Amino acid sequence: MTEEEVTLAVKDIIQTVAPDEDVSNLDPEKRLREQIDLDSMDFLDIVMELRKLYGVQVPEEDYKELATLAGCVRYLHPKLAAKSLHCAASA
Amino acid sequence: MPELARVVITGVGLTAPNGNSLAEFRASLLAGRSGVQPYEIRHVGPTLAGVCHFDALRHQSKKEVRRGTRAGSIAVYCANEAVADAGLELARYDPQRVGVYPGITEHGNVETENEIAEVARYQFDLSYWSHHHNPRTVANNPAGEVTLNLGLKGPAYCLGGACAAGNLGLIHGAQLLRLGEIDLALCGGVSESIRTFGIFASFAAEGALARHAEPSKASRPFDRQRNGIVVAEGGCLYALERLEDAQRRGARIYAELLGHCVNSDGTDFVLPDAAGQNACIRGALASARLEPAAIDLVSTHATSTPSGDAIEARVVREVFGDGPRTFINNTKSFIGHAMGAAGALELAGNLPSLADGVVHPTINLDELDPACAMRNLVANEPRNVGRVDTILNMSFGMLGINSAVVVGRPRL
Repeated sequence: MTEEEVTLAVKDIIQTVAPDEDVSNLDPEKRLREQIDLDSMDFLDIVMELRKLYGVQVPEEDYKELATLAGCVRYLHPKLAAKSLHCAASA
Repeated sequence: MPELARVVITGVGLTAPNGNSLAEFRASLLAGRSGVQPYEIRHVGPTLAGVCHFDALRHQSKKEVRRGTRAGSIAVYCANEAVADAGLELARYDPQRVGVYPGITEHGNVETENEIAEVARYQFDLSYWSHHHNPRTVANNPAGEVTLNLGLKGPAYCLGGACAAGNLGLIHGAQLLRLGEIDLALCGGVSESIRTFGIFASFAAEGALARHAEPSKASRPFDRQRNGIVVAEGGCLYALERLEDAQRRGARIYAELLGHCVNSDGTDFVLPDAAGQNACIRGALASARLEPAAIDLVSTHATSTPSGDAIEARVVREVFGDGPRTFINNTKSFIGHAMGAAGALELAGNLPSLADGVVHPTINLDELDPACAMRNLVANEPRNVGRVDTILNMSFGMLGINSAVVVGRPRL
């Protein structure tokens, strides 16, 4: 996956977890929880979807890396580089 | 004993396999419209079920639906519809004094089965087990989802009573209103049981799951060809309040709760017991201070099983056999067995009789089983009986739990 595809993959997972939200105009550098309604259970859902869709295990000490969209991409790109994109929610 | 406050039903919110409001449900019951359809669920394969088609997004966000349970969605839909139907402005109530009491047959099987199926895809690696499992499966889940959705802060929990549960919510709500602990109850019964394969498989294992080439004819209480239960989902929650409160706000009153009884057979895990059912019905009549002949309509529990229907019919003959004005019907013939919601839905479909004097029939009665013969059984076509002042609604469940409720046209 390219960085653009990783961005798409993350936005797609967020859309699945927060289906009432508009994720098309997320500011990549702003905290996700300041832009859309996401709580700690949703955050665990995002981690679970990464595990299920891409086999990526995010240890608890790394959760802080996923606070922004840009942070997600920076953290996940190396782990997803060899994977192909699955989109469920068509973000 | 002090005189207890009178309690009345002022709102009905429901979803049934053949209607998503009392008006739709009643129209289906008078038109002979079944809600049973072909259905398929994992491990069981093609079978039959009563399936609800309400729009969950009418009262929930997509996230609420995703995070919650089917039983929760049913309860939230019914609660909102009951509030609207009763013309209630919830903001005028102290939120700590609104109670929510759905009766349930069981809860959590659906989510547990789903989660096991999911981790099976990952060789039972439990890091794939959802953090949502516990909040989804706790026994208060459907009631709790209603409080989250409506911002209520009063006592809210479910009453587990197998297939007798549909009356339990109503009874419990009335009791707490009479104790003065709450000012409004949203209570009745809900069931999502068609989403668990275990219910179907267990009924099949005991030879009690209905089979029929024509789905709408599969649930046929009292008929000679009946061969088992059609499992259904559904829900019905009532807005219940003290008569004086309802009158003060000028509410429309569907019915007054006149009496009730809950008892146990104490005899068997699954087999019904005529003596226990008889005692339950007589207990409800005694609490309503009515003789059997004063009941105009008996809403039976019969689930279309060979032995259960015959036992219940015997009890009805024993208690009501001499009443020339007591009419008998059954709702499961239309929708199947909605489990924890059954009693609440079955009472709801009959409530309009208090206003219009028409008794909906039991359908699919092509050849009456002589063991199920009952005087004034209303078969296949609705019957205008002129006037209905009182209804007795019965529900029985496994482990021998029986419940009966008597409601009547309010005497104001």
